[in-house]
Amino acid sequence: MTITEEWVAACPVDAIEREEALRFDYGARTFVIVRSPEGTFHAMDGNCSHEKVHLAGGIVDGHIIECPKHFGTFDYRTGEACALPVCIDLRSYDVKVENNLVFIKL
Amino acid sequence: MMIVGAGIAGSVAAESLRAEGWRGRIVLIGRETRLPYERPPLSKAHLTEEVEPGPKTLVTSERLEELDIEYLQGREVVAIDRAAHTVKLADGARLAYERLLLTTGARARPVSNLIGQGARIRTLRTYDDALFIRRAINPGAEVVVVGGGFIGLEVAASAVSRGASVTVIEAGPRLLARAVPAPLAELIKAKHERSGVRLELGTTIERVDAIEGRSKVILTSGRAHLADLVIVGIGAVPNVELARLAGLAIDNGIALDELLATSDPDIFGAGDCCSFPHRLYNERIRLEAWRSAQQQGAAAASNMLGAHSPYEKIPWFWSDQYDQTLQVVGLHREQDDPVIRDLGPNGLLIFYLAKDGRIVAACGFGSLPAIAREIRFAEMMIGRGLSPNVEALSNPAVNIKSLLS
Repeated sequence: MTITEEWVAACPVDAIEREEALRFDYGARTFVIVRSPEGTFHAMDGNCSHEKVHLAGGIVDGHIIECPKHFGTFDYRTGEACALPVCIDLRSYDVKVENNLVFIKL
Repeated sequence: MMIVGAGIAGSVAAESLRAEGWRGRIVLIGRETRLPYERPPLSKAHLTEEVEPGPKTLVTSERLEELDIEYLQGREVVAIDRAAHTVKLADGARLAYERLLLTTGARARPVSNLIGQGARIRTLRTYDDALFIRRAINPGAEVVVVGGGFIGLEVAASAVSRGASVTVIEAGPRLLARAVPAPLAELIKAKHERSGVRLELGTTIERVDAIEGRSKVILTSGRAHLADLVIVGIGAVPNVELARLAGLAIDNGIALDELLATSDPDIFGAGDCCSFPHRLYNERIRLEAWRSAQQQGAAAASNMLGAHSPYEKIPWFWSDQYDQTLQVVGLHREQDDPVIRDLGPNGLLIFYLAKDGRIVAACGFGSLPAIAREIRFAEMMIGRGLSPNVEALSNPAVNIKSLLS
């Protein structure tokens, strides 16, 4: 597999309120874009590492996103797993904002 | 520290004891001869996945070793000597404890009817039960499910999705009468009917005869069904025998106080086997739910180490039916006022407000992301004792999160 990274436009800035999350699908992959209470944007793999449940349906509290099904939590800035039943970290991605669009580096 | 019962409550308690700094021995005793495993998939993914799945373990043997938890599998505790602080195992061995946690769980309620010798009839509680059922629900198989509660309906959904022909028998006038309000139960019923499940309400089994390797189910309504497998899901019975034998107080389960201690201050309880007083609802409740068992296991572990922290988590449970999810949080009574929030194609929610306006419960059926989010915010409102504005609550255009502040 060749490793090429590219910036992909995910959504407009105003598509996500502060402390909210949005699902973004790209090809066969799925991601969750999160806007922090401070207004910064972050991106991680979308499915929880415990069972295949999408995190975009979970609530955002501070810098934590919670799985809507079994309540495992992640620090969405780093992808780090924080609370049982989750114990595997998720991959996080670089994010930038340009022309009122949120881009993630894939 | 000793834990009797290696389901999710026991397994979480063992890990929590170590996480909270206990450095002495931790002994976890389980009756089944396998690592502690998750039960929720038994009625769902374990029945429907294409490849026969192994049990979904809660903790690996490496992790048990790392945490220095002594796991005794395939062993059964038959007696507790409270004065001597020892337990006796079925093989005669005696083990000493300082503090004991009972997480003995519940067992599937058996049918009391006449069952012919050789009839294929099974309850669902363990991984072995799930495998047995999985191997029988092949395309074209005739399956009769006794009980229109959560287990029965989840198994029915799984079986019909595997191509089996499924009939659900429910004694009551409607499905899910115990835990789900009628409008949501109607949605769930419609979903099952669209998926091809036949429902027969207001009748129950009279007896089951074995006929040439199949089971003939004779109903009180006079009808009969020939089935390749009969699955019984008519509730669970808490495993209190060990506690009763030891003279501990029993009240719809092993009776705990708000710290999850039994009537013996050195013996605690958690999970399906126990009842406890809940501050929010002013009554003693017993829950049969995955998340509660997990939370109680962790809370009991803390209190075994002297945290002295009352257990006040709000009851929550979920059930998957096909691609839809049902979630219920809190407890509601007859006199509470329902407030409906219609999410259109995403589902339907009902909130319950007490006479003083406080939200006490919520339940919803629909797509997971929509329902989970609303129920989670409802849980926060219940925990904070909020009295949300009824207009806003019933208007799906109002972000439920905004009602928290």
